[in-house]
Amino acid sequence: MATTQSRTLAKIMLFPSVSLLLAWMIVPLCMTLYFSVLDYNLLMPGDNEFIGFLNYEFFLTDPAFIESFFNTLLLVGGVLFITICGGIGLAVLLDQAIWGRNYVRIMVLAPFFVMPTVSALVWKNMFMNPVNGLFAHFAEFIGVTPIDFFAELPLLSIIIIVSWQWLPFAALILLTAIQSLDREQLEAADLDGAGPWSKFVYIVLPHLSRAVTAVILIETIFLLSIFAEILVTTSGGPGYSSTNITYLIYTQSLLQFDVGGGSAGGIVAVVIANIVAIFLMRLIGKNLEG
Amino acid sequence: MGSITLKQVTKSFGDVNVIKPLDLEIRDGEFIVFVGPSGCGKSTLLRMIAGLEDTTSGTIEIDNQDATDMPPAQRGLAMVFQSYALYPHMSVRNNIAFPLKQAKVEPAIIEQKIEKAAKMLNLTDYLDRKPGQLSGGQRQRVAIGRAIVRQPSAFLFDEPLSNLDASLRVNMRLEISELHKSLDTTMIYVTHDQVEAMTMADRIAVFNGGIIEQVGTPLELYQKPVNQFVAGFIGSPKMNFISVDTKAGDPTCSLGVRPEHFRITEEKGLWTGRVGVIEHLGSETFLHVHVDGVGTLTVKADGDCKVAYGDIINLTAAQEKIMHFDKDGVTIPELSWGEARSSSAA
Amino acid sequence: MAIKDTNKSKLIYTLAAWTVSGMIFFPILWTIITSFKTESEAISASPSLFMFDWTLENYAEVLSRSPYFDHFMNSVVISLGASLLGLLIAIPAAWSMAFVQTKRTKNLLMWMLSTKMLPPVGVLIPIYLLFRDFGLLDTRIGLVIVMTLINLPIMVWMLYTYFREIPNEILEAARMDGAGIKQEIFQVLLPIALPGIASTLLLNVILAWNEAFWTLILTAANAAPLTAFIASYSSPEGLFYAKLSAASVMAVVPILILGWFSQKQLVRGLSFGAVK
Repeated sequence: MATTQSRTLAKIMLFPSVSLLLAWMIVPLCMTLYFSVLDYNLLMPGDNEFIGFLNYEFFLTDPAFIESFFNTLLLVGGVLFITICGGIGLAVLLDQAIWGRNYVRIMVLAPFFVMPTVSALVWKNMFMNPVNGLFAHFAEFIGVTPIDFFAELPLLSIIIIVSWQWLPFAALILLTAIQSLDREQLEAADLDGAGPWSKFVYIVLPHLSRAVTAVILIETIFLLSIFAEILVTTSGGPGYSSTNITYLIYTQSLLQFDVGGGSAGGIVAVVIANIVAIFLMRLIGKNLEG
Repeated sequence: MGSITLKQVTKSFGDVNVIKPLDLEIRDGEFIVFVGPSGCGKSTLLRMIAGLEDTTSGTIEIDNQDATDMPPAQRGLAMVFQSYALYPHMSVRNNIAFPLKQAKVEPAIIEQKIEKAAKMLNLTDYLDRKPGQLSGGQRQRVAIGRAIVRQPSAFLFDEPLSNLDASLRVNMRLEISELHKSLDTTMIYVTHDQVEAMTMADRIAVFNGGIIEQVGTPLELYQKPVNQFVAGFIGSPKMNFISVDTKAGDPTCSLGVRPEHFRITEEKGLWTGRVGVIEHLGSETFLHVHVDGVGTLTVKADGDCKVAYGDIINLTAAQEKIMHFDKDGVTIPELSWGEARSSSAA
Repeated sequence: MAIKDTNKSKLIYTLAAWTVSGMIFFPILWTIITSFKTESEAISASPSLFMFDWTLENYAEVLSRSPYFDHFMNSVVISLGASLLGLLIAIPAAWSMAFVQTKRTKNLLMWMLSTKMLPPVGVLIPIYLLFRDFGLLDTRIGLVIVMTLINLPIMVWMLYTYFREIPNEILEAARMDGAGIKQEIFQVLLPIALPGIASTLLLNVILAWNEAFWTLILTAANAAPLTAFIASYSSPEGLFYAKLSAASVMAVVPILILGWFSQKQLVRGLSFGAVK
């Protein structure tokens, strides 16, 4: 729907974005690919000789990889589950006629703007600390032994923190979606004799599917590469019990200076992310287009 | 000046031919209406004339100059869009001034032209408002004002009235016709509404499936449609089509009778049927008559017609008012309006 | 009767909503309150919400201990710089995709988004080495480049959804009126899309402000923004709750206020137009 002239112009205007992103993607990726087949450690300057798939073999057979792989899945899945269920509940609640809705909205949204390092530190020290944390005080108050969150439930603790950060986002998007629901549909359902529950299941939930898709997509993009929360709380421990793939590669490459091994891990992470991305894109292609 | 000539113009999107090779001569100062069902290519052709779409092949000449590859701004045409396309962030004054500013006209002259246009279109009191604060009709007038000040060689209108309500539409129709008379500039007007076409046009081009079926004055199209499509498209309510058995020596496949050409008679006429739904409009009455073996015919009767639901009535029509169409739906002139055209056709 | 019932249910819903949102907001509120306590009150086993001696000494100490203002300026320069640079690159691209749609437009958008899914660790080492070789480690300009690139897909997509809501006819009208591409974009498109552009800018400032992965890895002392500054409190200083709280408040409050201002616009942009 345009002329040749404007199409040419459009190509020129797209060029900077596309070429920059392409470079941002391809150049480092090729370098990573190259490093991943070398014996390359920053601490041992040498020939960086070619060692084939040895790095991959080491990385993939490392028990830490398997553990961090499942940790990544648990982390992403857990946070998605909590934020979407909680988000729908919150959205329905905030959609009701209430006093001071604007203030409620502002309070609910606030955690989204808190930087990950701050929220992790605040939760770690002021709430989940087994001695002086607020939860510990509360446990003592009701007479039970305080939980040492990061020693006993490291992954769950991180899931809680990350969920707290992302719940506002999910709730607000879902609330906006609920508010865009045609009120006449609900009135028609009233006339048809539908109760509150069947209205929720048959009208509200289907209406939310687009928004839920969007939430899943955006959250997954960010959750796959959770890093700061782990760094400032558990540093991946105890053992590898709260290490995700991102963090594992970080320790390998920047803490142990094993560029080759880290690169192999990076490529593995890219492959995993691509698999997830393909699934997600299918989902969006279906749900976000319509 | 404002003559536009289309020569063998085509447009295709990929494999789809939206406009098939098409010739059309638009004369200086005439009001021509492109009419047709949606998807017939009329809007696309208008946008090609405007330069908003490429022409796949053929040439477009404006004032005898090849304009096929000119960008829109250089063609000297002005366009009024269906959605008005006013600039929402500018006042009415700046909306109207925009094309003049682009042409680097002196501010004093711009001011003069705005005042003149505003007076002409009754917009003087609204010049400092934003489009969002105006009614539909006022927005429409701003859009026209923006087109007028450039003194284009031709105006292009793309379904400009379809967003207005019915009564306003009638008013704007008159205003645009009035404008045409006073400016005496070529206007090309696209609509799907045949009433708009009939009431405003000097000439009408009836589009269907990317071709022009017929070009002519409103009366020509009404009285002498070249085929069944034009016959059915022009006139409201629609012409009735009645299939007939072909007889040896007579190429007629179907007959066409306009609702207003039926007469209800006491004695047995050409058709007999039972009256179904009756629509009283006051000045006239529309009867939907079920005729065995023919189907439902729409009949226009007097306003005080006393026929009731379920009555059996006889219908007839004057022979010269009945159109004859052959097996391809093409009008057979010698049978339809009795003129011996067969000699010239051969 | 009916009115009484609605008022009653409104009261119940109001109570429920305030309770839940209060719980969600509590960690932030608690941090703010703690920042005004003395260290001994902050770790007290019977903590008090308001009844304590309010003090500003934590803020004074945080300011004296580390160059907060430098970190703050780093955050401002990096997030604003990256967002403005991003707009400059993203606006033309979004214009192309929104107004000159082709069959490839959707695929292109999907591809851009998929680059956002590329895990940062996948490119961590090369970027680190490239930055080292080009002397970009621990520089503001280096972080501006990285932030621009990682947020570019989101910017393009957000702008695209805003631009899509502007009828093509308005731009065509400008073209008919004799506007060139420059006038079309600067005099017509940008003023109309200003609210969308502003919220794109805001959201990206927020995302860049809070970005922690690259800032923690690529900066040390000179270019460290507030994310890195606050990470230095991880341990053992984290045990000084009052000071940690004061530092946290100083890191978060600017962006919290900015976020509250733009919350409405933000939702729409962030959901990629899925909700309006």
